[in-house]
Amino acid sequence: MAFPGWGDPLSPASTHVSPYYIENTIEDTSVPNIVTAVLADYRGYDTMFETAVIFSAGIACLFLLRRMKRKKTDFRHYRHMATGITLRIEQGGKIHPTAKEFERIDGLWVPHDLIIRTTGRFIIPFIQIFALYVIAHGHYSPGGGFQGGVILGASFILFAISNDLRSALNRMGERLTAFFYTAGVSLYAGTGALCILLGANFLDYSALATILLVDPVTARSYGILIVEIGVGIAVMAVMVILYYNLVSAGKFDEGL
Amino acid sequence: MIWQLDLVILTFVIFCGIGAITIKDLLGAAILFGAYSFMMSLLWAIMGAVDVSFTEASVGAGVSSILFVAAVFRTTRRTKD
Repeated sequence: MAFPGWGDPLSPASTHVSPYYIENTIEDTSVPNIVTAVLADYRGYDTMFETAVIFSAGIACLFLLRRMKRKKTDFRHYRHMATGITLRIEQGGKIHPTAKEFERIDGLWVPHDLIIRTTGRFIIPFIQIFALYVIAHGHYSPGGGFQGGVILGASFILFAISNDLRSALNRMGERLTAFFYTAGVSLYAGTGALCILLGANFLDYSALATILLVDPVTARSYGILIVEIGVGIAVMAVMVILYYNLVSAGKFDEGL
Repeated sequence: MIWQLDLVILTFVIFCGIGAITIKDLLGAAILFGAYSFMMSLLWAIMGAVDVSFTEASVGAGVSSILFVAAVFRTTRRTKD
């Protein structure tokens, strides 16, 4: 067989491909993290399709699970706040949400505790700031767009778990999440298209030097930052929409 | 690296994998998936691939476990077979 040996340091991949990236990343792109530079610049086409795959996974979950109509076997629970009486309304009926005397309670889950809500309120801003740090610092440390996007999505899921699903839907509803995951993929593909409009190849970020008014090497670094932000936004929104669809079985009203 | 540490973590990986498919309580299987993901993250960190390790830690411990728990919440807790 003509394959190189396992972990052979003299194989063609280790003598031609890896040394090129290790030696030339700093002077081509001025990004110290070689993994991020390879992912987002040298092999940026693959990362764009990877983001499109994540987007289509969110869309597929939406297609499989989302249910808009109310069936005859659905029931809802309401509590009259003044007296504490709990109503159960069968056969798909409901009380209009502007009726202030009744609040809707979940049928399958216990009321949310004050300790869990307060702890979530303390921790969630720090998780979000850490996630934004991971996205922005992907040039120098391990991390980048995908990891920061997952952590940011996990912070929204934590908010939905510690409070109600309905209060999470008030803050980050279905349409806003749909806007975010489309905007993330469009940001990535749009940066590539902008490079074509400025005269270079697709996803060749040195063409952005004329718009951003820097030299081509720094323009590649900024291009990597822009596409990482696009990936982060798309991943965050897909994690949130996956959780919303799974935990409420498509109806978006009750949940964990 | 330290081959004893590698061997211990690999043993945990095998036990978590076999356990996750034979256990009858589905919530326990979801937790075992989370443990499996954490062990794989440690293995990749030992091999020096810190970006992959970070990704596996955030996805496995953060999002994948909670998605499994949400799916178990909406279906049965005990497996049907």
